[in-house]
Amino acid sequence: MADDNVKAIVEALIFASPEPVSLKTLTKLLDDEPPEHLEEALASLVTDWEEGRGLQLVEVAEGYQIVTRPELSEWVRRLFHERSAQRLSVQALETLAVIAYRQPVTAPEITEIRGVNTSGVLSTLLERHLVKVTGRKSVIGRPFLYATTREFLDRFGLRDLKDLPKVEDMAEALGMDVPEALTDPPPMDEALPFETDTSPEPPPEQVH
Amino acid sequence: MEQEFESILPDYPVKVADYEGPLDLLIHLIKRHEVDIYDIPIALVTAQYLEYLDLMGELDLDVAGEFLVMAATLIQIKSRMLVPRNDSDPASPEDDEDPRDTLVRRLLEHQKFKAAAELLHERETIRSAQWTRPDARVEDLVDEPFERELEVDLFSLLKAFQSVLARSQPGPRVMLPTETVPIETRIQQLVARLSETEACGFEELFADASSRGDLITTFLALLEMIRMKIVRVLQSEMCGPIRVYRRERPADAPDLMGEPRG
Repeated sequence: MADDNVKAIVEALIFASPEPVSLKTLTKLLDDEPPEHLEEALASLVTDWEEGRGLQLVEVAEGYQIVTRPELSEWVRRLFHERSAQRLSVQALETLAVIAYRQPVTAPEITEIRGVNTSGVLSTLLERHLVKVTGRKSVIGRPFLYATTREFLDRFGLRDLKDLPKVEDMAEALGMDVPEALTDPPPMDEALPFETDTSPEPPPEQVH
Repeated sequence: MEQEFESILPDYPVKVADYEGPLDLLIHLIKRHEVDIYDIPIALVTAQYLEYLDLMGELDLDVAGEFLVMAATLIQIKSRMLVPRNDSDPASPEDDEDPRDTLVRRLLEHQKFKAAAELLHERETIRSAQWTRPDARVEDLVDEPFERELEVDLFSLLKAFQSVLARSQPGPRVMLPTETVPIETRIQQLVARLSETEACGFEELFADASSRGDLITTFLALLEMIRMKIVRVLQSEMCGPIRVYRRERPADAPDLMGEPRG
């Protein structure tokens, strides 16, 4: 296939998809095409959409999506009578931040960091599919472990968890030095997964 | 409510609602007095904190619990600061540490996450200004393959199970203490099997169940798996063969019986 053709197909697929299209999906759909061709096509498309257009190609939630430029939002908004975006409370945002950086994390650990009980906020976040239960921690009481979802990445315009705001940016927002790393890699081995949607392995631990 | 408080206390510099928790209140006090977070004047901060606590006790009893714990912590730190530290005592190495250190670490960490939340919010704002192309038609198309088959109702399932029971060999009529498999374990076994094949026939589920008890456990496990949205049970026509499909669990799927959510 000619490169221009690949590019056109990739563009059509991303445009037509209701949600971000991952490189994996593209590879599957264009099975004759080596992945590096697709990556080239994607990079070239991102550049094409870069200047002087109403749309842009963004990388979000582990996929690619064509969206309107944020600075034109007010104009787009006129199309709709009212925007009914459910805003997150400050409590919800902060709890989400703790989960995002410390995942997988238990409710008592979140409470310890925030200094307030978070169970109400947690159920809101679960209802909105921004966090999910990924297992239980092997400590007394076997509390649930929480982690963020793909919807979380989508809502906050993050490519993946590595795309979370960095500590350096935080120092600026805080107006003070941030001594410790917030983004320590979470200790994954503590998780006892019982969900099977990501791995075909049977759950290693019995759920009571 | 807030307005009421303000009208009662017009000159009070803060609204209680500004402070989410004890850590927020402490940060506020530290910032207001422009003191070094690494060298908190604990007597001053404790006194001020207790003052706020008095007021909050009058206004909002619900929050008092968490705030009281912090008050106790502050008083404890204050008293430990008063005791001269004995650096040479190897038996109590924790004395080497400034009693405020743990609190300072918590405050800093708390602040970091507040900043992180702020940055996340900025990302959210940008993202919410990016409009995507809504297309209801696409949603219909995406759902189509599922709708072609009928979702099996409970009675069809029971009927199918009845025939499985009828076909099973009658076991010996002696009551032996049989090894019973709990439903949870059975669910795991079935999930493991389905993960190999994606789907299987209804009767295949019972292939390895020997006793009547096992058959019933298997059936109950299947019902529970439907409820947990681990599987879909479909048939292509009324009274047609029933097949069990593994499904991507939606985020709102209920957990196993008796599991509290959150």
